[in-house]
Amino acid sequence: MLHTLAVLVENNPGVLARVSGLFARRAYNIYSLTVCQTENPDLSLMTIVVEGDTQVIQQVMKQLHKLVVVHKVTNLSNESIVDRELALIRVKVRAETRMEVLQIVDIFRGRVVDLGRNSLSIEVTGDEEKIDAFIRAMKPFGILELVRTGRIAIVRSES
Amino acid sequence: MQENNTDEQILDEYDNSRKLSTKQSVTAESFTLAQDGKYNGAKCVLQMLEEQGVEIIFGYPGGAVLPLYDALRDSSIRHVLPRHEQGGVHAADAYARAGGRVGVCLATSGPGAANLVTGIANAYMDSVPLVAITGQVTTNLLGSDCFQEVDITGITMPVTKHAYLVKNVNDIPRIIREAFHIAGTGRPGPVLIDIPRDIQAALLPQPEPADKNQRIHIKSYRYFGKGNAGQIDEAVKALKACRKPVVYAGGGIITSGAGTVLTQLVDTLNLPIVTTLMGIGSIDTGHPNSLGMVGMHGTATANFAVTDCDLLLAVGVRFDDRVTSGLHHRFAANATIIHIDIDPAEIGKVIIPDIPIVGDARLILEDILSGLPSQTGNREQTWWETIRAWQQEHPLRYEPSERLNPQHVLETMVRIGGPDAIVTTDVGQHQMWAAQFCRIRHPRHFITSAGLGTMGFGLPAAIGAQLACPEKTVFLVTGDGSLQMTIQELATTRQNNLPIKIVLMNNGVLGMVRQLQKYLNDERFNQIQLQANPDFVKVAEAYGIKGIRVEKPAEMGPAITAALAEEGPVLIDCLISPDEVVLPMVPPGKAIHEMLLGG
Repeated sequence: MLHTLAVLVENNPGVLARVSGLFARRAYNIYSLTVCQTENPDLSLMTIVVEGDTQVIQQVMKQLHKLVVVHKVTNLSNESIVDRELALIRVKVRAETRMEVLQIVDIFRGRVVDLGRNSLSIEVTGDEEKIDAFIRAMKPFGILELVRTGRIAIVRSES
Repeated sequence: MQENNTDEQILDEYDNSRKLSTKQSVTAESFTLAQDGKYNGAKCVLQMLEEQGVEIIFGYPGGAVLPLYDALRDSSIRHVLPRHEQGGVHAADAYARAGGRVGVCLATSGPGAANLVTGIANAYMDSVPLVAITGQVTTNLLGSDCFQEVDITGITMPVTKHAYLVKNVNDIPRIIREAFHIAGTGRPGPVLIDIPRDIQAALLPQPEPADKNQRIHIKSYRYFGKGNAGQIDEAVKALKACRKPVVYAGGGIITSGAGTVLTQLVDTLNLPIVTTLMGIGSIDTGHPNSLGMVGMHGTATANFAVTDCDLLLAVGVRFDDRVTSGLHHRFAANATIIHIDIDPAEIGKVIIPDIPIVGDARLILEDILSGLPSQTGNREQTWWETIRAWQQEHPLRYEPSERLNPQHVLETMVRIGGPDAIVTTDVGQHQMWAAQFCRIRHPRHFITSAGLGTMGFGLPAAIGAQLACPEKTVFLVTGDGSLQMTIQELATTRQNNLPIKIVLMNNGVLGMVRQLQKYLNDERFNQIQLQANPDFVKVAEAYGIKGIRVEKPAEMGPAITAALAEEGPVLIDCLISPDEVVLPMVPPGKAIHEMLLGG
């Protein structure tokens, strides 16, 4: 099972190596990892998606806690969350396919961020399944380039 | 006296050369050295080490630590010079183990730092508090592959509790205070501080002495003290209810100073107790309830008792594969397991306990003890009868012969040297025989490389232990393979006049590997002959150390007596048979009660 961990760490050089080294050394499999500075410039937030059963995830969290650079570890999979990925995709278009592509972009609530003679660049956000579905929909037209971020997540407000 | 004169001559020469260099040219080197009297990073490092109560540094100089060595000249801290950085770090490690304090070692950048790696890993595996300080190339050259540059914080990342690369001289006071705090608290471990040479030379205002009452606070670093009261209650209930209990004690007992309360607990409930290799000395090995070491080369009784028990009180242990044989589901399979450890990550890492308690072993055992009735008498009569029957049937034994038996060597050593001596070991067969046959009465008196199994640990460890405990008798039990990995430290032993008594089990082979090849590879021996071994008595003598050769059992007693009578170090070269094996032995893939017993 995939778990999403939010790991609050020091915003210093070498911290990413320390965290990723721990995963490599203990043979935990990172599915995706996203890092950025938080509103506090001394801290960074790592959103790590890791595969494993409950026992493995508990070990991962305990081992992360042991690193002096780690402030807090939260398993977001135990919480009600909103999670998102972002993808940027450049798709081949011809005069006769352009409208169809734009329609699909609209259905997925994507945005065209760049327009060329023979290609369109599209931005789409959503959870992993939605991005996967969009990529499948674009495939027949010819994907020229594709980049996507890892998962980021935020806890829902209490109702 | 003569040595002192020589030292002074060298220092004079050094002073003269410094004067010359500052006059003749203004290189970067002479510039950094020419700041006499000014308060720089190096002086700050020394001031902070003094503040931490450091008395001895094990270090080896070099280009990237010149400012530190300059500052050391004016420091009250004693510097011990090993003959290889590995010797320095192992000595600091054993100094920490024997003395119950943080060990400190120092090395230059590049090869100096890289030579520390094995020793740092060794301290990490055995949870030893150690601060390793390395010089680094100047900050403007960092990452440029310049002369003697190595990314030591990167290399040691998996084997340090924490590491610092100092980039601002003003951070030195904070970093050194934090490093000692991290190394010495919670589950102890090595902390590395990498200091570029320009940072050592950079000037800073002299910091105020630390307020002793103010505790160091690192926001992202926590450790545990007392255990959860509810879990402790559960443990007390389980201890009252069980019929076949066993205590499984490890290095955590020794680290937390829980030896006394452990013995009280064992006495109160009349509990049988087994220890790990790291746990030897946590209770007097001669205590009637002590069943000896558990695991691969443990006693038959210890292994049977753990297999059969209905309650396992595991304290300061980590269910290492040398204990469990890697077969977790068959280890104490029918027991309620109470696991006490200060590191939450150890709990559930290998075996999921029924009652986990995170915290300091001493505090938790005290709480458990206070929850128990003061005297429960001789309950569990049938359990003890079973245990005594195992002990009768399968004692640790050997066949006395005309040749010198290693077990006889050790028994004689302990009989004459007394059970209050510190025993340090190297790694191999001799280490396991020492674990089986040495009577160890106190914590911190059996010093061995357990987790990493580092051949070459022994001699520097004996140096560190003797410096930590100058009034104690220190034995080194070693083998001809292990000793030759750090044999150059005989010079350090001689230079510091350390009266270490070296008991060398000389069989001309790598005995433990030979034993493994014998049992696991059907005697297809390979690369285990140490041909062209030197004459170790002559080697000792060449270093100015008394050497004695022992070939017959009857010579052993007089040799130990003579060694103890000698004021300085002595090496006893004990010629034993290469055919000797360590038994019992649990072969790979077998549960611990399925051991080869021999005899």
